[in-house]
Amino acid sequence: MALARKLLRVNLTKGTCVEEPVNQDWVRQFLGQRGLATKYLASEIDPKIDALSPENKLIFTVGPLTGTMAATGGRYSVVTKGPLTNAIACGNSGGYFGNELRSAGWDMVIFEGRSPTPVYLFVENEKAQLLPADEFWGKSVWETEGGLKRKHQDPQIRVSCIGRAGENQVLFAGIVNDLHRAAGRSGVGAVMGSKNLKAFAVRGTMGVSSIADPKAFMAAVKAGKKVLADNPVTGQGLPKYGTQVLMNVINEMGASPTRNHQDVQFEGARKISGEAMHEKRETDGKTHLVTNQACFGCTIACGRISRIDETHFSVNTKPEYWGASGGLEYEAAWAFGNANGIDDLEALQYCNLLCNEEGFDPISFGATVGAVMELYELGVITKEEIGFEAPFGSAEALCKLAELTARGEGFGKILGQGSKRLCEKYGRPDLSMTVKGQEFPAYDGRALQGMGLAYATSNRGACHLRGYMVSPEVLGIPVKLDPQATEGKPEMLKAFQDATAVVDSTGLCLFTTFAWNLNDIQPQIQAACEGDWSMESLLAMGERIWNLEREFNLAAGITGKDDTLPPRLLNEPCKTGPQAGMVAQLGKMLPEYYQLRGWNAEGVPTSETRTRLGL
Amino acid sequence: MQKSLHIDPGKCTGCRQCEMACSYEHTGTFNTSDSRIKIFEFHHEGRNVPYTCTQCAEAWCLNACPVEAIKVDVLTGAKVVSESVCVGCKVCTIACPFGTINYKQETGKVQKCDLCGGDPACARECPTGAITFVDADWTGLERMRQWAQKTDTQAQV
Repeated sequence: MALARKLLRVNLTKGTCVEEPVNQDWVRQFLGQRGLATKYLASEIDPKIDALSPENKLIFTVGPLTGTMAATGGRYSVVTKGPLTNAIACGNSGGYFGNELRSAGWDMVIFEGRSPTPVYLFVENEKAQLLPADEFWGKSVWETEGGLKRKHQDPQIRVSCIGRAGENQVLFAGIVNDLHRAAGRSGVGAVMGSKNLKAFAVRGTMGVSSIADPKAFMAAVKAGKKVLADNPVTGQGLPKYGTQVLMNVINEMGASPTRNHQDVQFEGARKISGEAMHEKRETDGKTHLVTNQACFGCTIACGRISRIDETHFSVNTKPEYWGASGGLEYEAAWAFGNANGIDDLEALQYCNLLCNEEGFDPISFGATVGAVMELYELGVITKEEIGFEAPFGSAEALCKLAELTARGEGFGKILGQGSKRLCEKYGRPDLSMTVKGQEFPAYDGRALQGMGLAYATSNRGACHLRGYMVSPEVLGIPVKLDPQATEGKPEMLKAFQDATAVVDSTGLCLFTTFAWNLNDIQPQIQAACEGDWSMESLLAMGERIWNLEREFNLAAGITGKDDTLPPRLLNEPCKTGPQAGMVAQLGKMLPEYYQLRGWNAEGVPTSETRTRLGL
Repeated sequence: MQKSLHIDPGKCTGCRQCEMACSYEHTGTFNTSDSRIKIFEFHHEGRNVPYTCTQCAEAWCLNACPVEAIKVDVLTGAKVVSESVCVGCKVCTIACPFGTINYKQETGKVQKCDLCGGDPACARECPTGAITFVDADWTGLERMRQWAQKTDTQAQV
């Protein structure tokens, strides 16, 4: 097996670090990363526990291709029970941390319990220590990373940590590594904060030497890289515009949720698009975008590095934000922008910097602001409660809300609970644009029927990374499907969900699948790992992982009734654009989806399905 | 004809494929710690810069070595460390003005770029052309071509 076969169990209550062998039966069933960590979590905790209690566990994990030359092979995941959703949470991140952890020889680190005082884990190859983090508690992600490198006098240390949002247990706090890459969603950072675990710093110098068939592996890797380079999306669109290549495309499709999903097209989209990031600003004659940036091992390089306008009101007295740093990806640009009717690119970038600096999810934050602004315009939330005016379109309000949320001050405390809890508090749960407590990302489930079904059935609440039906419904990958049709969507979605679970268990980036399908990935896994990793076994594994996550959620008290969408998406049609008149026709798809999954009418896997998948 | 590694930092995305390729070529392991080429990230400038030995004509490391462990590969021009001769005294690491020869704890010897015997893996695997292996006399050729293209003189009719 390409994995190192050992895991580190860190008991924060007792302050111990213990090495354990990885369960090889589970590796054969779940490969690594998302699949394997989910199996460990589901086996070790009661899904009913409070996600922020010491009984929850927090697992950092890599895949068998992490730290290898496989294109994009640098990913790691954080798996836990999420406080935002009370469902399984699995955040996946790039940057360089994943390779460093793999290079230190660990496949997985399981944090359990709760430390009585703030600590960080420092791993140097086989040596692991829990060290006091009092000097870093209360500090931002950026200060913590810099501080740890200085303290250990080693600039080559990689750090994954929480900022003040995670400490304050903002329910959508993320875990940030390499300054601007994040395991962002479902509140994994709040779990880390609840454990008094500030950071995980690692230096690995052992590398990956256990590739089963190096010659076959290098041939498969080379072939995969060529496919990525030759594909127009991964070879040209993503390097040039990043995921922001989608801003104008999705808006023109009439699939861009705007002003808390009241509209599906945003008149200001062009001003905050990937194209706009290439244009020279009037104020200083510079472009917003400085360069593209790759994560470890990535031959696509979709990452954005931007420089904010120094004269912008958000930063004109704050030179600490003037340098180049992680810039707007599509989801963040949409969540700050379209969701709130704000077309001020620089204000969006300021919020993006705050999300990276203090560690919180731009999607959930931006979408929750959308709910706040609608409630404000309806007169349900007043200026006095918020502290300032907060109508749609106000960049000033957005920036102030981001600051309050990051610091856990004033109205930011309420906002930091997410859209569902906030809308319930103000008696308007119908205005929360969430599924299972998690906010929608940047595609409208009415305009794209398959995405609607994907949101309703996602195991981590509303999410675009659990079955990206945008690919067939907008981009025509691997085939073009009519976005308004419901026929064929359940089948395609199931295939996407299962394949995604496989990709997330390998150490590769999901973005490769704009160009690759499992046929491109399978030879890389087969060459790297011992055992049978045929297409058949991989597909079965993807389905197994999906059902394992489903069973975790069912045991946590989430039922088929939660496989739904907000009333706005089911009842209020798209007002403009090519999908005008459409609502989400979930009822037409969900029963067929359950049937294809081998679940009963309540959405519970049948005993035949469980047996077939070896659960 | 000898060739040189030519580095264009403007094209580097920071992906580390070069570091992986270098370590794999020399050790059979994917391990950026074993790479002879390193990427430096200047985050707040938005720049990534690959850096490795330029194979000086009069090499400080070679001249400093007390046991003549560093020799010229006549085929490639690379200054190559002979591990069997090197005593790990590290004098070369002091002599090199650029820091591109380094001591390895595991072997007790120094290591540096050896141009992979004439087919450098870093250049082969770089996905963006930030690292190329070109005619040693014409490392500036591509930059000249770019500037040449900007001249607006038309051919005389």
